[in-house]
Amino acid sequence: MPKSQTIRILLIALIVVVAASFLPLGVSGYVLGLLTVAYYFGVFSMAWDLLFGFAGEVNFGPTFLIGTGAYTAGILDNLYGPPIWVCVFAGTFAAVLGGLVLALPALRVRGPYFGLTTLVAVLMLQNFVVVDAGLTGGEIGLTVPDVLTISDVVNYQIALWFMAASGAILFALARSPVGLILQASGQDAMQAGALGFNVTKHKLFAFVISAFFSGLAGSLLVFYFGSASIGTLIDVTVGVQIIIAAVLGGRRTILGAVLGSVFLIAMSEVLRPLGDLSNFTVFALALMVVLVFPNGFFGLLTRRRENV
Amino acid sequence: MNDCASLEVGHLTKRFGGLVAVKDISLNVKAGEILGLIGPNGSGKSTVMKLIMGIVRPDAGSVRIAGEEVAGLPSYKTARMGVGIVFQHSRPLHRQTVLENIKLALLPDKLMRLFADPRIEQRARAIAERVGLSAVLDRLPSTLPFADLRKIEIAKAIARDPKVLLIDEPFAGLTQQETAAFSQLIGELRDDGRAILLVDHNVKSVARLVDRVLAMYVGERIAEGSAEEVMGNETVRRVYLGGSIEATARPESSFSDAATPFLAVEKLSVHYGKAQALEEVSIHVHAGEFVSVVGLNGAGKTTLFNAISGLVPYDGEIRQAGHTLRGLSAARVARNGIVQAPEGRELFVDMSVRENLDLGAHHLAPDERATQIEWLFGLFPILRERQQQAAGTLSGGEQQMLTIARALMMKPKLLILDEPTLGLAPIILEQISHIIETLRRTTSISMLLGEQNVTFALPHADRVYVLEHARIVWEGPPNRFAAEAGRGYL
Repeated sequence: MPKSQTIRILLIALIVVVAASFLPLGVSGYVLGLLTVAYYFGVFSMAWDLLFGFAGEVNFGPTFLIGTGAYTAGILDNLYGPPIWVCVFAGTFAAVLGGLVLALPALRVRGPYFGLTTLVAVLMLQNFVVVDAGLTGGEIGLTVPDVLTISDVVNYQIALWFMAASGAILFALARSPVGLILQASGQDAMQAGALGFNVTKHKLFAFVISAFFSGLAGSLLVFYFGSASIGTLIDVTVGVQIIIAAVLGGRRTILGAVLGSVFLIAMSEVLRPLGDLSNFTVFALALMVVLVFPNGFFGLLTRRRENV
Repeated sequence: MNDCASLEVGHLTKRFGGLVAVKDISLNVKAGEILGLIGPNGSGKSTVMKLIMGIVRPDAGSVRIAGEEVAGLPSYKTARMGVGIVFQHSRPLHRQTVLENIKLALLPDKLMRLFADPRIEQRARAIAERVGLSAVLDRLPSTLPFADLRKIEIAKAIARDPKVLLIDEPFAGLTQQETAAFSQLIGELRDDGRAILLVDHNVKSVARLVDRVLAMYVGERIAEGSAEEVMGNETVRRVYLGGSIEATARPESSFSDAATPFLAVEKLSVHYGKAQALEEVSIHVHAGEFVSVVGLNGAGKTTLFNAISGLVPYDGEIRQAGHTLRGLSAARVARNGIVQAPEGRELFVDMSVRENLDLGAHHLAPDERATQIEWLFGLFPILRERQQQAAGTLSGGEQQMLTIARALMMKPKLLILDEPTLGLAPIILEQISHIIETLRRTTSISMLLGEQNVTFALPHADRVYVLEHARIVWEGPPNRFAAEAGRGYL
């Protein structure tokens, strides 16, 4: 992609983020709360897009990385109560380790089988949480004694700027030489190898980065909610939502994932009056967008220029 | 041989299951030399290339690059030892410009390189200039003609300045003019002092460019020497053209449906996007007649058969006994009696042999099905033995027999066989040959056989068409083939 376009996209993104940082002046705490969650989920989706869109590895279990990070941070806080940043660091580290473990089969099995392994990893984590209820809070959930802050506005700003920073790093990475090699490895591993690139090393790197941001965002989210539960962080449907957000926003665009994530959360809010039908409607809508615009929102925005 | 050859391959062997794909192949290419590695489809030449590159691991043998052993190393390490490869199919990154695609090949294999060295940009531009891509540097690959996509592949392969360059089917899909430009480019790369291995189907296409030729057939070396020597070699001639043709062909006048042949294809044209796969092709097959369509890879045989089977859209007319087939679904065409045994075999590999056969006959009444299967087991005794075995575990030859048998289960009036000899050993060819001969003598089935293996295609044919670059260029009885059209197939 031309450099001028990269710069233009980054500028527009910066303007949007700065504008979003003034939202607390005009909207209710409730809306801020929704957006805060949407931003964390945006990071999940961006991390997923790096792995799928660039390294070409279909990870059906993004919540394995997220859950590993979140529960590690939460349990540590519960047991020993170290400063929050220590818990967040530990959670991130655990997610990276989890990512490496998950990556091992990826280097041996291909295509659908890897996708299946990642799904099974989620189920295993979920079962572990249920079985070891004394440590994890089981099906009721884990309550942590500490939170980041009780201020809606501060929480909102933390999530916004965390998302912006993660997005900037992931976007820069995706468009850097490393991103180029990663993309080549994902699309045609045989050729990438013949060009002198150690495909295994680059894919492992993508796993580590994806796990790092998933775990970091997951750990932070625990200290925003003050709790962690299977239903909010690990369940397969949560993972599907993250994947849909990334695809909806535009595969291989990184930043599109945030648009998708905000869209999904906003739509379920707007459609809340439909009651039980609201989730169904959101997913049906998402399905339509994916079918009609396979390049996603971001693809729609940048497509015209690519065609020139 | 010179002992400082850039590429030295010794006693290379590779097995895939029971199949020996490459058997004891040795070759040397010196700096500034081009060796042509030729052989029909399935001869193992592409595997040799992949073994050298490290994409496939050899079972035995050595590969030395400027004296250093690389056999068994992963391809990225082989690449760094100075080997570049141009794949037959171009798969560039589609969201990146031509320049970025070339830059990719120049990047160091490092994780923490967030900004490219500015010298890479200069070097990429220089390479683009050399292969003739300067004018399209900022375009996306999807907007470029096919020849330019091939140039991108060459640019990537020479980016790291390899001592050894492997090129798979350099001229496939190129026009004559483009071929000339490509030949010149490859010649220049040789003059740089690189050792170049050109892999192709036949000598003719690379004859003017190569210094020496090594011919392979079913994994083994059959000849080596200058292009002229290899073309004159008796074994090569037999592999490509067959021995003397016995005059078993039945003259066209002996078929009773001269006015409206069973199958009539008139001015058939097929396009895939910008590429023309068939251009005004007209052929016909009489009821009971065996017709071979001979052509090299990419000539358009499979496209022709797929159009007849109703699998690809076309311009022109296809008639079965005078009735147009246009608008009929592929299933309908098959049910009406035109059945194809496809090149890719397309067996249900996890199902048993028997289940595959039953699937071919699901529209027959049970007793009719039983009769048909008995007849087929008589024709293919090996399939009776293997009834309960999963199709995927059969040898290549047995799979081919099963494919033919499954097509015959449908009681075709016209059987289309697309490259039945692909990758099969001579002994299996003889068996299949025998079966086809039995069909010709004992049934009223018509046959349309697509082959690049002329040896196999001619003895069974009453009439032969030669398909070249999407057009029919020759038609006649098999005994006139060698004299009038044979040279292009060496």
